[in-house]
Amino acid sequence: MNVFMKNVVLLCFFISSSASASDLIMARSSLPFSEAMTNLQVSIKEHGYTVARVQRIDVGLTGMGYETDKYRVVFVGKIDEIKYLVNKYPEMLPYMPPKVSIFAEGEDTLIVTVNPQIFAQMIEDEKDKIIFQRWESDVYSVFDDFRRAE
Amino acid sequence: MFRVVTFVVVMVLSGAVTAAPDGKALFNKHCSVCHGSEGKGGVGVPLSLPSFINSVSDEYLKKTIRVGRPGRIMPAFPKLSDAQVGAIVGHVRSWTDVPVVRFDPTPVKGDEKQGKELFLKHCAQCHGEDGKGGKGTGVSFSRKRDLPIIAPALNNPGFLASASDMMIKNTLLNGREGTPMNSFLAAGLKEKEINDVVAYVRSFEKVEVVPVDDKSNDSILVEYSGYTLEETVENLTLAIENKNFKIIRTDYFGYGFAGEAEVNKKQVVLHFCNFDFLYQALSIDPRVGMFLPCRVNVVERDGEVKIMTINPMSLSKLFNNDALNEACKEMTDLYKEILEDASL
Repeated sequence: MNVFMKNVVLLCFFISSSASASDLIMARSSLPFSEAMTNLQVSIKEHGYTVARVQRIDVGLTGMGYETDKYRVVFVGKIDEIKYLVNKYPEMLPYMPPKVSIFAEGEDTLIVTVNPQIFAQMIEDEKDKIIFQRWESDVYSVFDDFRRAE
Repeated sequence: MFRVVTFVVVMVLSGAVTAAPDGKALFNKHCSVCHGSEGKGGVGVPLSLPSFINSVSDEYLKKTIRVGRPGRIMPAFPKLSDAQVGAIVGHVRSWTDVPVVRFDPTPVKGDEKQGKELFLKHCAQCHGEDGKGGKGTGVSFSRKRDLPIIAPALNNPGFLASASDMMIKNTLLNGREGTPMNSFLAAGLKEKEINDVVAYVRSFEKVEVVPVDDKSNDSILVEYSGYTLEETVENLTLAIENKNFKIIRTDYFGYGFAGEAEVNKKQVVLHFCNFDFLYQALSIDPRVGMFLPCRVNVVERDGEVKIMTINPMSLSKLFNNDALNEACKEMTDLYKEILEDASL
Protein backbone atom coordinates (compact mmCIF):
# COMPACT_ATOMS: atom_id res chain seq x y z
CA MET A 1 0.00 0.00 0.00
CA ASN A 2 1.59 3.30 -1.03
CA VAL A 3 1.61 6.39 1.16
CA PHE A 4 -1.26 8.01 -0.75
CA MET A 5 -3.57 5.01 -0.33
CA LYS A 6 -2.53 4.65 3.31
CA ASN A 7 -3.58 8.21 3.93
CA VAL A 8 -6.84 7.68 2.03
CA VAL A 9 -7.59 4.75 4.35
CA LEU A 10 -6.83 6.96 7.36
CA LEU A 11 -9.06 9.67 5.95
CA CYS A 12 -11.87 7.12 5.48
CA PHE A 13 -11.46 6.08 9.09
CA PHE A 14 -11.63 9.55 10.53
CA ILE A 15 -14.65 10.60 8.51
CA SER A 16 -16.58 7.39 9.23
CA SER A 17 -15.71 7.51 12.90
CA SER A 18 -16.91 11.05 13.39
CA ALA A 19 -20.62 10.90 12.73
CA SER A 20 -21.88 13.66 14.93
CA ALA A 21 -23.32 17.10 14.35
CA SER A 22 -21.01 18.34 17.10
CA ASP A 23 -18.24 18.13 14.53
CA LEU A 24 -19.67 21.31 13.11
CA ILE A 25 -18.85 24.59 14.83
CA MET A 26 -21.59 27.18 14.62
CA ALA A 27 -22.31 30.67 15.92
CA ARG A 28 -25.14 33.18 15.74
CA SER A 29 -24.91 36.95 15.66
CA SER A 30 -27.79 39.31 16.25
CA LEU A 31 -26.22 41.66 13.72
CA PRO A 32 -27.57 41.95 10.20
CA PHE A 33 -25.72 40.08 7.49
CA SER A 34 -23.52 42.85 6.08
CA GLU A 35 -22.22 43.96 9.50
CA ALA A 36 -21.75 40.37 10.64
CA MET A 37 -19.86 39.59 7.44
CA THR A 38 -17.53 42.55 8.00
CA ASN A 39 -16.91 41.50 11.61
CA LEU A 40 -16.16 37.95 10.54
CA GLN A 41 -13.59 39.03 7.99
CA VAL A 42 -11.96 41.46 10.43
CA SER A 43 -11.67 38.77 13.10
CA ILE A 44 -10.27 36.25 10.61
CA LYS A 45 -7.57 38.72 9.60
CA GLU A 46 -6.82 39.64 13.21
CA HIS A 47 -6.15 35.98 13.89
CA GLY A 48 -3.54 35.97 11.12
CA TYR A 49 -5.54 34.22 8.41
CA THR A 50 -6.24 35.31 4.84
CA VAL A 51 -9.68 35.50 3.28
CA ALA A 52 -8.86 34.13 -0.14
CA ARG A 53 -12.29 34.44 -1.69
CA VAL A 54 -15.95 34.97 -0.91
CA GLN A 55 -18.33 32.88 -3.00
CA ARG A 56 -21.72 34.58 -3.35
CA ILE A 57 -24.05 31.58 -3.35
CA ASP A 58 -27.20 33.72 -3.05
CA VAL A 59 -26.38 35.73 -6.17
CA GLY A 60 -26.29 32.61 -8.31
CA LEU A 61 -29.54 31.33 -6.80
CA THR A 62 -31.35 34.63 -7.20
CA GLY A 63 -30.13 34.82 -10.79
CA MET A 64 -31.82 31.49 -11.42
CA GLY A 65 -35.09 32.75 -9.97
CA TYR A 66 -34.87 31.25 -6.48
CA GLU A 67 -35.93 33.21 -3.44
CA THR A 68 -33.18 33.18 -0.84
CA ASP A 69 -31.67 35.10 2.04
CA LYS A 70 -28.05 36.21 1.82
CA TYR A 71 -25.63 33.29 1.71
CA ARG A 72 -21.85 33.36 1.19
CA VAL A 73 -18.99 30.90 1.54
CA VAL A 74 -15.71 32.33 2.82
CA PHE A 75 -12.46 30.56 1.83
CA VAL A 76 -9.97 30.99 4.67
CA GLY A 77 -6.46 29.88 5.54
CA LYS A 78 -2.76 30.40 5.89
CA ILE A 79 -1.31 29.54 2.51
CA ASP A 80 2.05 28.32 3.83
CA GLU A 81 0.39 25.82 6.15
CA ILE A 82 -2.09 24.71 3.49
CA LYS A 83 0.66 24.22 0.90
CA TYR A 84 2.70 22.25 3.43
CA LEU A 85 -0.25 20.00 4.28
CA VAL A 86 -1.37 19.24 0.71
CA ASN A 87 2.20 18.56 -0.37
CA LYS A 88 2.65 16.08 2.45
CA TYR A 89 -0.90 14.70 2.36
CA PRO A 90 -2.18 15.14 -1.25
CA GLU A 91 -5.49 13.48 -0.41
CA MET A 92 -6.34 16.52 1.71
CA LEU A 93 -6.41 18.73 -1.37
CA PRO A 94 -10.19 18.47 -1.93
CA TYR A 95 -10.80 19.66 1.64
CA MET A 96 -8.51 22.69 1.43
CA PRO A 97 -8.73 25.59 1.98
CA PRO A 98 -11.14 25.48 4.95
CA LYS A 99 -14.44 27.27 4.41
CA VAL A 100 -16.94 29.10 6.55
CA SER A 101 -20.59 29.39 5.50
CA ILE A 102 -22.31 32.60 6.49
CA PHE A 103 -26.02 33.08 5.96
CA ALA A 104 -28.84 35.30 7.08
CA GLU A 105 -31.67 33.89 9.18
CA GLY A 106 -34.22 36.62 9.51
CA GLU A 107 -32.51 39.51 11.29
CA ASP A 108 -29.74 37.28 12.61
CA THR A 109 -26.69 35.88 10.88
CA LEU A 110 -25.26 32.37 11.29
CA ILE A 111 -21.83 30.95 10.54
CA VAL A 112 -20.80 27.31 10.37
CA THR A 113 -17.65 25.37 9.63
CA VAL A 114 -16.21 21.90 10.12
CA ASN A 115 -14.13 21.42 13.24
CA PRO A 116 -10.52 21.35 11.92
CA GLN A 117 -9.69 18.61 14.44
CA ILE A 118 -11.56 16.22 12.15
CA PHE A 119 -8.77 16.60 9.64
CA ALA A 120 -6.14 16.15 12.33
CA GLN A 121 -7.24 12.55 12.87
CA MET A 122 -5.69 11.50 9.58
CA ILE A 123 -2.30 12.98 10.34
CA GLU A 124 0.25 10.55 11.72
CA ASP A 125 2.96 13.09 12.39
CA GLU A 126 2.31 14.61 15.82
CA LYS A 127 4.08 17.77 14.73
CA ASP A 128 1.46 18.31 12.02
CA LYS A 129 -1.45 17.70 14.38
CA ILE A 130 -0.51 20.90 16.16
CA ILE A 131 -1.53 22.84 13.05
CA PHE A 132 -5.10 21.58 13.34
CA GLN A 133 -5.19 22.13 17.09
CA ARG A 134 -4.24 25.73 16.48
CA TRP A 135 -6.81 26.08 13.70
CA GLU A 136 -9.50 24.71 16.01
CA SER A 137 -8.53 27.13 18.77
CA ASP A 138 -8.59 30.02 16.30
CA VAL A 139 -11.96 28.95 14.87
CA TYR A 140 -13.47 29.01 18.37
CA SER A 141 -11.91 32.40 19.02
CA VAL A 142 -13.16 33.88 15.73
CA PHE A 143 -16.61 32.40 16.33
CA ASP A 144 -16.64 33.86 19.86
CA ASP A 145 -15.82 37.27 18.38
CA PHE A 146 -18.65 36.81 15.91
CA ARG A 147 -21.10 35.81 18.66
CA ARG A 148 -20.18 38.69 20.95
CA ALA A 149 -20.06 41.51 18.39
CA GLU A 150 -22.74 44.14 18.85
CA MET B 1 -11.60 24.54 65.67
CA PHE B 2 -12.93 27.89 64.49
CA ARG B 3 -10.42 27.88 61.64
CA VAL B 4 -11.49 24.43 60.54
CA VAL B 5 -15.18 25.40 60.57
CA THR B 6 -14.41 28.62 58.68
CA PHE B 7 -12.39 26.67 56.12
CA VAL B 8 -15.19 24.16 55.63
CA VAL B 9 -17.81 26.92 55.29
CA VAL B 10 -15.67 28.83 52.78
CA MET B 11 -15.00 25.68 50.75
CA VAL B 12 -18.68 24.73 50.72
CA LEU B 13 -19.73 28.24 49.72
CA SER B 14 -17.08 28.59 47.03
CA GLY B 15 -17.93 25.11 45.78
CA ALA B 16 -21.57 26.04 45.63
CA VAL B 17 -20.77 29.16 43.68
CA THR B 18 -18.55 27.44 41.14
CA ALA B 19 -20.88 24.45 40.87
CA ALA B 20 -23.89 26.53 39.86
CA PRO B 21 -23.83 26.58 36.06
CA ASP B 22 -25.04 29.64 34.19
CA GLY B 23 -28.03 28.40 32.17
CA LYS B 24 -28.16 31.42 29.92
CA ALA B 25 -24.46 31.21 29.09
CA LEU B 26 -24.75 27.50 28.41
CA PHE B 27 -27.82 28.03 26.23
CA ASN B 28 -26.03 30.75 24.27
CA LYS B 29 -23.02 28.51 23.80
CA HIS B 30 -24.74 25.26 22.86
CA CYS B 31 -28.30 26.00 21.76
CA SER B 32 -28.91 29.56 20.60
CA VAL B 33 -27.22 29.12 17.25
CA CYS B 34 -30.05 26.84 16.11
CA HIS B 35 -32.91 27.82 18.44
CA GLY B 36 -32.25 31.56 18.54
CA SER B 37 -31.07 33.62 21.52
CA GLU B 38 -34.65 33.98 22.75
CA GLY B 39 -35.81 30.56 21.61
CA LYS B 40 -37.71 31.83 18.60
CA GLY B 41 -36.34 29.05 16.42
CA GLY B 42 -34.37 28.91 13.20
CA VAL B 43 -32.54 25.81 12.12
CA GLY B 44 -33.96 24.40 15.37
CA VAL B 45 -37.52 24.45 16.72
CA PRO B 46 -38.98 27.54 18.46
CA LEU B 47 -38.58 26.53 22.11
CA SER B 48 -40.22 29.70 23.44
CA LEU B 49 -43.47 29.10 21.53
CA PRO B 50 -45.98 29.16 24.44
CA SER B 51 -47.91 26.14 23.23
CA PHE B 52 -44.64 24.20 23.14
CA ILE B 53 -42.84 25.27 26.30
CA ASN B 54 -46.01 25.12 28.39
CA SER B 55 -46.86 21.59 27.28
CA VAL B 56 -43.56 19.78 27.70
CA SER B 57 -42.06 18.55 30.94
CA ASP B 58 -38.58 19.27 32.24
CA GLU B 59 -37.88 15.58 31.90
CA TYR B 60 -38.68 15.76 28.18
CA LEU B 61 -36.33 18.72 27.68
CA LYS B 62 -33.53 17.13 29.71
CA LYS B 63 -33.73 13.83 27.85
CA THR B 64 -33.87 15.63 24.52
CA ILE B 65 -30.65 17.46 25.38
CA ARG B 66 -29.05 14.20 26.46
CA VAL B 67 -30.01 11.99 23.52
CA GLY B 68 -30.75 14.51 20.76
CA ARG B 69 -32.61 13.46 17.66
CA PRO B 70 -30.48 11.01 15.67
CA GLY B 71 -30.59 11.96 12.00
CA ARG B 72 -32.65 15.14 12.60
CA ILE B 73 -29.91 17.74 13.19
CA MET B 74 -30.42 18.09 16.98
CA PRO B 75 -27.20 16.62 18.42
CA ALA B 76 -26.86 14.75 21.71
CA PHE B 77 -24.97 16.44 24.54
CA PRO B 78 -23.67 13.51 26.59
CA LYS B 79 -20.76 15.47 28.05
CA LEU B 80 -22.84 18.13 29.82
CA SER B 81 -23.27 17.48 33.54
CA ASP B 82 -26.73 16.99 35.03
CA ALA B 83 -26.37 20.40 36.65
CA GLN B 84 -25.56 22.01 33.29
CA VAL B 85 -28.51 20.34 31.57
CA GLY B 86 -30.75 21.44 34.44
CA ALA B 87 -29.45 25.00 34.14
CA ILE B 88 -30.21 25.10 30.42
CA VAL B 89 -33.74 23.84 31.06
CA GLY B 90 -34.08 26.43 33.82
CA HIS B 91 -33.12 29.15 31.35
CA VAL B 92 -35.65 27.90 28.80
CA ARG B 93 -38.29 27.97 31.55
CA SER B 94 -37.52 31.65 32.16
CA TRP B 95 -39.44 32.43 28.95
CA THR B 96 -42.76 31.44 30.52
CA ASP B 97 -44.68 32.17 33.71
CA VAL B 98 -46.78 29.05 33.41
CA PRO B 99 -45.96 26.40 36.03
CA VAL B 100 -44.00 23.42 34.76
CA VAL B 101 -46.25 20.65 33.53
CA ARG B 102 -45.66 17.18 34.95
CA PHE B 103 -46.94 13.99 33.39
CA ASP B 104 -47.88 10.72 34.99
CA PRO B 105 -45.24 8.24 33.77
CA THR B 106 -47.80 5.41 33.61
CA PRO B 107 -48.00 4.08 30.03
CA VAL B 108 -51.22 4.84 28.15
CA LYS B 109 -53.14 1.72 27.20
CA GLY B 110 -54.69 1.67 23.76
CA ASP B 111 -55.38 -0.45 20.71
CA GLU B 112 -52.31 -0.19 18.48
CA LYS B 113 -54.17 -1.53 15.43
CA GLN B 114 -56.99 0.98 15.77
CA GLY B 115 -54.40 3.63 16.47
CA LYS B 116 -52.66 2.92 13.19
CA GLU B 117 -55.86 3.50 11.23
CA LEU B 118 -56.49 6.76 13.04
CA PHE B 119 -52.86 7.81 12.62
CA LEU B 120 -52.97 7.22 8.87
CA LYS B 121 -56.21 9.21 8.64
CA HIS B 122 -55.36 12.16 10.89
CA CYS B 123 -51.58 12.35 11.41
CA ALA B 124 -49.77 10.86 8.44
CA GLN B 125 -50.33 13.87 6.21
CA CYS B 126 -47.89 15.92 8.33
CA HIS B 127 -45.90 13.29 10.25
CA GLY B 128 -45.62 10.74 7.42
CA GLU B 129 -47.10 7.24 7.29
CA ASP B 130 -44.24 5.81 9.29
CA GLY B 131 -43.94 8.84 11.57
CA LYS B 132 -40.71 10.06 10.03
CA GLY B 133 -41.80 13.69 10.25
CA GLY B 134 -41.89 16.60 7.86
CA LYS B 135 -39.12 17.43 5.43
CA GLY B 136 -36.41 19.75 6.65
CA THR B 137 -35.87 20.74 10.23
CA GLY B 138 -36.87 24.07 11.68
CA VAL B 139 -37.11 27.13 9.53
CA SER B 140 -34.29 27.23 7.02
CA PHE B 141 -33.08 30.24 5.11
CA SER B 142 -34.76 29.16 1.93
CA ARG B 143 -38.19 28.27 3.25
CA LYS B 144 -41.00 30.75 3.68
CA ARG B 145 -41.55 31.56 7.30
CA ASP B 146 -45.22 30.75 7.41
CA LEU B 147 -44.57 27.58 9.39
CA PRO B 148 -43.09 28.02 12.87
CA ILE B 149 -42.26 24.33 13.14
CA ILE B 150 -41.90 21.27 10.94
CA ALA B 151 -43.88 18.19 11.95
CA PRO B 152 -41.53 16.28 14.28
CA ALA B 153 -40.33 12.77 13.57
CA LEU B 154 -42.45 10.69 15.96
CA ASN B 155 -40.54 7.53 15.08
CA ASN B 156 -37.21 9.08 16.07
CA PRO B 157 -35.53 7.12 18.87
CA GLY B 158 -34.62 10.40 20.57
CA PHE B 159 -38.22 11.59 20.59
CA LEU B 160 -39.55 8.25 21.84
CA ALA B 161 -36.96 8.15 24.62
CA SER B 162 -37.84 11.70 25.69
CA ALA B 163 -41.63 11.90 25.38
CA SER B 164 -43.84 10.04 27.83
CA ASP B 165 -47.14 8.55 26.69
CA MET B 166 -49.01 11.17 28.68
CA MET B 167 -47.10 13.99 27.03
CA ILE B 168 -47.99 12.64 23.58
CA LYS B 169 -51.60 12.23 24.69
CA ASN B 170 -51.69 15.76 26.06
CA THR B 171 -50.46 17.11 22.71
CA LEU B 172 -53.15 15.15 20.88
CA LEU B 173 -55.83 16.35 23.31
CA ASN B 174 -54.90 20.03 23.22
CA GLY B 175 -52.92 20.51 20.03
CA ARG B 176 -50.23 23.19 19.80
CA GLU B 177 -51.61 26.65 19.22
CA GLY B 178 -49.68 28.59 16.59
CA THR B 179 -48.67 25.41 14.75
CA PRO B 180 -50.53 23.13 12.32
CA MET B 181 -51.03 20.65 15.21
CA ASN B 182 -54.71 20.87 16.10
CA SER B 183 -56.58 19.43 19.07
CA PHE B 184 -57.87 16.01 18.15
CA LEU B 185 -60.46 16.27 20.89
CA ALA B 186 -61.82 19.43 19.26
CA ALA B 187 -61.69 17.60 15.92
CA GLY B 188 -64.12 15.01 17.30
CA LEU B 189 -61.94 12.12 18.41
CA LYS B 190 -62.82 10.44 21.69
CA GLU B 191 -60.28 9.96 24.47
CA LYS B 192 -60.22 6.22 23.84
CA GLU B 193 -59.28 6.85 20.20
CA ILE B 194 -56.55 9.24 21.25
CA ASN B 195 -55.19 6.52 23.55
CA ASP B 196 -55.11 4.22 20.52
CA VAL B 197 -53.06 6.75 18.57
CA VAL B 198 -50.62 7.06 21.50
CA ALA B 199 -50.26 3.27 21.55
CA TYR B 200 -49.49 3.29 17.83
CA VAL B 201 -46.90 6.06 18.17
CA ARG B 202 -45.27 4.13 21.02
CA SER B 203 -45.16 1.06 18.77
CA PHE B 204 -42.56 2.84 16.61
CA GLU B 205 -40.11 1.80 19.31
CA LYS B 206 -40.45 -1.78 18.07
CA VAL B 207 -39.22 -0.87 14.60
CA GLU B 208 -35.60 -1.84 14.37
CA VAL B 209 -33.33 1.03 13.40
CA VAL B 210 -30.90 -0.24 10.80
CA PRO B 211 -27.58 1.56 11.07
CA VAL B 212 -26.30 3.01 7.83
CA ASP B 213 -23.52 0.87 6.40
CA ASP B 214 -20.80 3.37 5.70
CA LYS B 215 -17.92 0.96 5.15
CA SER B 216 -17.88 1.68 1.43
CA ASN B 217 -17.89 5.43 1.87
CA ASP B 218 -14.42 6.59 0.94
CA SER B 219 -13.84 10.13 2.10
CA ILE B 220 -12.46 11.21 -1.24
CA LEU B 221 -13.12 10.07 -4.79
CA VAL B 222 -10.06 9.53 -6.95
CA GLU B 223 -9.46 8.58 -10.58
CA TYR B 224 -6.13 8.29 -12.33
CA SER B 225 -6.10 9.95 -15.76
CA GLY B 226 -4.16 8.63 -18.72
CA TYR B 227 -4.12 12.09 -20.26
CA THR B 228 -1.95 15.14 -19.66
CA LEU B 229 -3.01 17.68 -17.07
CA GLU B 230 -4.32 20.06 -19.74
CA GLU B 231 -6.21 17.30 -21.58
CA THR B 232 -7.70 16.07 -18.32
CA VAL B 233 -8.95 19.57 -17.47
CA GLU B 234 -10.55 19.78 -20.92
CA ASN B 235 -12.15 16.35 -20.51
CA LEU B 236 -13.35 17.27 -17.07
CA THR B 237 -14.91 20.52 -18.28
CA LEU B 238 -16.86 18.61 -20.92
CA ALA B 239 -17.91 15.89 -18.49
CA ILE B 240 -19.15 18.47 -15.98
CA GLU B 241 -21.14 20.38 -18.59
CA ASN B 242 -22.60 17.13 -19.93
CA LYS B 243 -24.08 16.54 -16.47
CA ASN B 244 -25.88 19.91 -16.62
CA PHE B 245 -23.49 21.69 -14.29
CA LYS B 246 -22.24 25.17 -15.02
CA ILE B 247 -18.50 25.84 -14.71
CA ILE B 248 -18.12 28.84 -12.43
CA ARG B 249 -14.38 29.16 -12.83
CA THR B 250 -11.20 27.17 -13.35
CA ASP B 251 -8.12 28.26 -11.43
CA TYR B 252 -5.02 26.98 -9.70
CA PHE B 253 -5.04 25.73 -6.13
CA GLY B 254 -4.11 28.54 -3.79
CA TYR B 255 -5.33 31.26 -6.10
CA GLY B 256 -6.77 34.02 -4.00
CA PHE B 257 -4.14 33.52 -1.33
CA ALA B 258 -1.35 34.35 -3.71
CA GLY B 259 -0.97 35.83 -7.15
CA GLU B 260 -1.11 33.66 -10.26
CA ALA B 261 2.68 33.72 -10.57
CA GLU B 262 3.10 32.08 -7.15
CA VAL B 263 0.53 29.28 -7.38
CA ASN B 264 1.31 25.68 -8.30
CA LYS B 265 0.14 25.26 -11.89
CA LYS B 266 0.16 21.49 -11.54
CA GLN B 267 -2.85 21.75 -9.21
CA VAL B 268 -5.96 22.87 -11.10
CA VAL B 269 -9.36 23.37 -9.48
CA LEU B 270 -12.66 23.37 -11.37
CA HIS B 271 -15.55 25.04 -9.52
CA PHE B 272 -19.02 24.26 -10.83
CA CYS B 273 -22.66 24.30 -9.85
CA ASN B 274 -26.14 23.13 -10.73
CA PHE B 275 -28.40 25.70 -9.08
CA ASP B 276 -31.44 23.41 -8.95
CA PHE B 277 -29.41 20.88 -7.03
CA LEU B 278 -27.85 23.58 -4.87
CA TYR B 279 -31.24 24.95 -3.91
CA GLN B 280 -32.48 21.47 -3.10
CA ALA B 281 -29.49 20.78 -0.85
CA LEU B 282 -29.69 24.10 1.00
CA SER B 283 -33.41 23.63 1.54
CA ILE B 284 -32.72 20.32 3.25
CA ASP B 285 -29.94 21.77 5.41
CA PRO B 286 -28.67 25.34 5.06
CA ARG B 287 -25.36 24.38 6.66
CA VAL B 288 -24.11 22.33 3.69
CA GLY B 289 -22.92 25.48 1.94
CA MET B 290 -19.42 25.03 3.29
CA PHE B 291 -18.95 22.19 0.79
CA LEU B 292 -20.22 24.31 -2.07
CA PRO B 293 -19.80 25.10 -4.87
CA CYS B 294 -18.90 21.70 -6.29
CA ARG B 295 -15.20 21.33 -6.89
CA VAL B 296 -12.84 18.86 -8.55
CA ASN B 297 -9.05 18.98 -8.28
CA VAL B 298 -6.71 17.84 -11.07
CA VAL B 299 -3.18 17.23 -9.87
CA GLU B 300 -0.01 16.28 -11.71
CA ARG B 301 2.58 14.77 -9.43
CA ASP B 302 5.49 12.44 -10.09
CA GLY B 303 4.35 12.04 -13.72
CA GLU B 304 0.83 10.96 -12.72
CA VAL B 305 -2.37 12.92 -13.29
CA LYS B 306 -5.05 12.36 -10.68
CA ILE B 307 -8.57 13.71 -10.39
CA MET B 308 -9.82 14.10 -6.83
CA THR B 309 -12.88 15.39 -5.07
CA ILE B 310 -14.63 15.09 -1.74
CA ASN B 311 -17.12 12.26 -1.26
CA PRO B 312 -20.43 13.91 -0.28
CA MET B 313 -21.78 10.62 1.11
CA SER B 314 -19.09 10.44 3.75
CA LEU B 315 -19.61 14.09 4.69
CA SER B 316 -23.37 13.81 5.17
CA LYS B 317 -22.71 12.12 8.52
CA LEU B 318 -21.27 15.32 9.93
CA PHE B 319 -24.68 16.99 9.74
CA ASN B 320 -26.78 14.46 11.69
CA ASN B 321 -29.44 14.92 9.04
CA ASP B 322 -30.77 11.77 7.38
CA ALA B 323 -32.62 13.85 4.81
CA LEU B 324 -29.27 14.86 3.36
CA ASN B 325 -28.21 11.28 2.68
CA GLU B 326 -30.23 10.92 -0.50
CA ALA B 327 -29.00 14.20 -1.97
CA CYS B 328 -25.43 13.33 -1.00
CA LYS B 329 -25.70 9.90 -2.59
CA GLU B 330 -27.01 11.48 -5.78
CA MET B 331 -24.11 13.94 -5.73
CA THR B 332 -21.58 11.19 -5.07
CA ASP B 333 -22.88 9.19 -8.04
CA LEU B 334 -22.66 12.29 -10.24
CA TYR B 335 -19.10 12.99 -9.10
CA LYS B 336 -18.13 9.39 -9.85
CA GLU B 337 -19.62 9.60 -13.34
CA ILE B 338 -17.87 12.91 -14.02
CA LEU B 339 -14.52 11.54 -12.85
CA GLU B 340 -14.92 8.38 -14.91
CA ASP B 341 -16.00 10.28 -18.02
CA ALA B 342 -13.03 12.60 -17.73
CA SER B 343 -10.45 9.88 -17.18
CA LEU B 344 -11.59 7.29 -19.68
